[in-house]
Amino acid sequence: MDSTQLQVMATQVRRDILRQVYNVQSGHPGGSLGLADYFTALFFHFMKHNPSAFSMEANHEDVFILSNGHVSPVYYSVLARSGYFPVSELNTFRLINSRLQGHPATHEGLPGIRVATGSLGQGLSVAAGIALSKKLNKDDRTIYVVTGDGELQEGQIWEAVMYAAHNKLDNMLVAVDFNGQQIDGSIADIMGFDEIGSKFASFGWEVMYMDGNNMDEILTTVPQALSKLGHGKPVVIIMKTEMGQGVDFMMGTHAWHGKAPNAEQFEKAMAQLPETELGDF
Amino acid sequence: MKKFEITAQKDTRSGFGAGLLEAARHDERVVGLCADLTGSLMMDAFQKEYPHRFFQTGIAEANMMGLASGLAIGGKIPFTGTFANFSTGRVYDQIRQSIAYSHKNVKICASHAGLTLGEDGATHQILEDIGLMKMLPGMTVINPCDYNQTKAATLAIAQYYGPVYLRFGRPKWPVFTPENQVFEIGKALMLNEGADVSIFATGHLVWKAIQAGEILAEKGISAEIINIHTIKPLDAEAVLNSARKTRCVVTAEEHQINGGLGDSIAQILARNLPTPVEMVAVMDSFGESGKPEELLTKYHLDTSDVVAAAERAIARKI
Repeated sequence: MDSTQLQVMATQVRRDILRQVYNVQSGHPGGSLGLADYFTALFFHFMKHNPSAFSMEANHEDVFILSNGHVSPVYYSVLARSGYFPVSELNTFRLINSRLQGHPATHEGLPGIRVATGSLGQGLSVAAGIALSKKLNKDDRTIYVVTGDGELQEGQIWEAVMYAAHNKLDNMLVAVDFNGQQIDGSIADIMGFDEIGSKFASFGWEVMYMDGNNMDEILTTVPQALSKLGHGKPVVIIMKTEMGQGVDFMMGTHAWHGKAPNAEQFEKAMAQLPETELGDF
Repeated sequence: MKKFEITAQKDTRSGFGAGLLEAARHDERVVGLCADLTGSLMMDAFQKEYPHRFFQTGIAEANMMGLASGLAIGGKIPFTGTFANFSTGRVYDQIRQSIAYSHKNVKICASHAGLTLGEDGATHQILEDIGLMKMLPGMTVINPCDYNQTKAATLAIAQYYGPVYLRFGRPKWPVFTPENQVFEIGKALMLNEGADVSIFATGHLVWKAIQAGEILAEKGISAEIINIHTIKPLDAEAVLNSARKTRCVVTAEEHQINGGLGDSIAQILARNLPTPVEMVAVMDSFGESGKPEELLTKYHLDTSDVVAAAERAIARKI
């Protein structure tokens, strides 16, 4: 897909996010909206994957691991839209007997999910394990990882950061969703970082920066990041995003981290995201 | 009472090390991870023979569990190695989410379990690990009794698909089960048929149960002794068949009374065949430094404690 097509898809993904959360009056719309552009670029442009025949082992495929599992609405939307499961199944988000659990899980057999995440700080370690197995298998595909920024407060993240650098896991591209917000407020107020990138760099990672809500910038920066793989260092992109991106009243605040819009707010939000030819679920 | 010959004195962790090496020779998917305790876990032979399949994780157990999950996603059969305390309590949520709930084929191999760790004391003597692990849905929990059985169990879990907790210990301990035995996960082993009392033991305490059986025999009491090497899934049929015959039960384990083998057996009996149960276990306390045998005596996990428990159980028969 070209940039224009990707931007249309990202708009549809945002509509899917809002509808999922609105339908069950539960879920995490803010971070999901902020990540819609990067997820769309990965799943519809960069990743070599095989949605119609999901394989847990993913031999000779790129792998995606979401560490901050609470942004499941954006994940489910791109999985469905890229063909892992029917788009209509987005109607079952967070409902009883659904494969679309509140946080992503393998337990119900949803294609596209390789490990449960939600309890924070664990996905990067799992991704590093997949990176090891790809190296053992002489499989040169890439492991893409998304972590939250508040999630970096978890100690296990830094165990994995240290491990990946020491063991030269240069087949991993991690994006930190740097929206600056967490449940209780801004990260700066709660337990802030002076500068995230320098922390990764001091552990021996290759560090890049990107506006994660600018599709053209994503399309130029990610290839540069991918070209840095294979040279003995894991690569991280500190990706500035806006929580609630695309819906004016959800932006610039942590209020929509884990809150669903009411009917009026839902209509107001959807009105800001033009319908696409892809159609709602 | 059947006679059991001690063929050697060996630590069960060495049985794990030997089993891991053999499993790795059989199956190239077997990989090992260790959090800075390679020598203690007896993983060095594996590391030497298969350096590219061995992953030193440093003192970072949470990350090790995640790495193991990821390796399992990639089709490997990861065996993690560290002390029992750091294999369970320290990393419970990592095991719960990344391994158990995600149903990953990870073998969590835990040495230095229980009081017989000895001099290092209570910080390292976990007595809660069986309970922690058996509560996780889908987790298999195994605690073999000697070197030969630990080696056989290690080989068996490599061929089984699913998460497993394998618990073993530090000290040299009597070896009395056969070399090259076939280990069947979930199958209780009848060691001695008896009529008066059923003694279900696990891990190091199986040997104490055998010694207790000999003393009981001298007193004219016929003890049935059953080795429960797999605490989950528990061989309920073996438990019920024996309890139906003897009508009183003793459990013996190197673990807290809360959450261990005794609880599992009491639950099966309460639901199916209410029977008096006496438990030989640590009574809701932490351990301390000391020699393994001194600790077993002080915390009432010794042969004489199994004998006394059997006599109490018999006295309670209805």
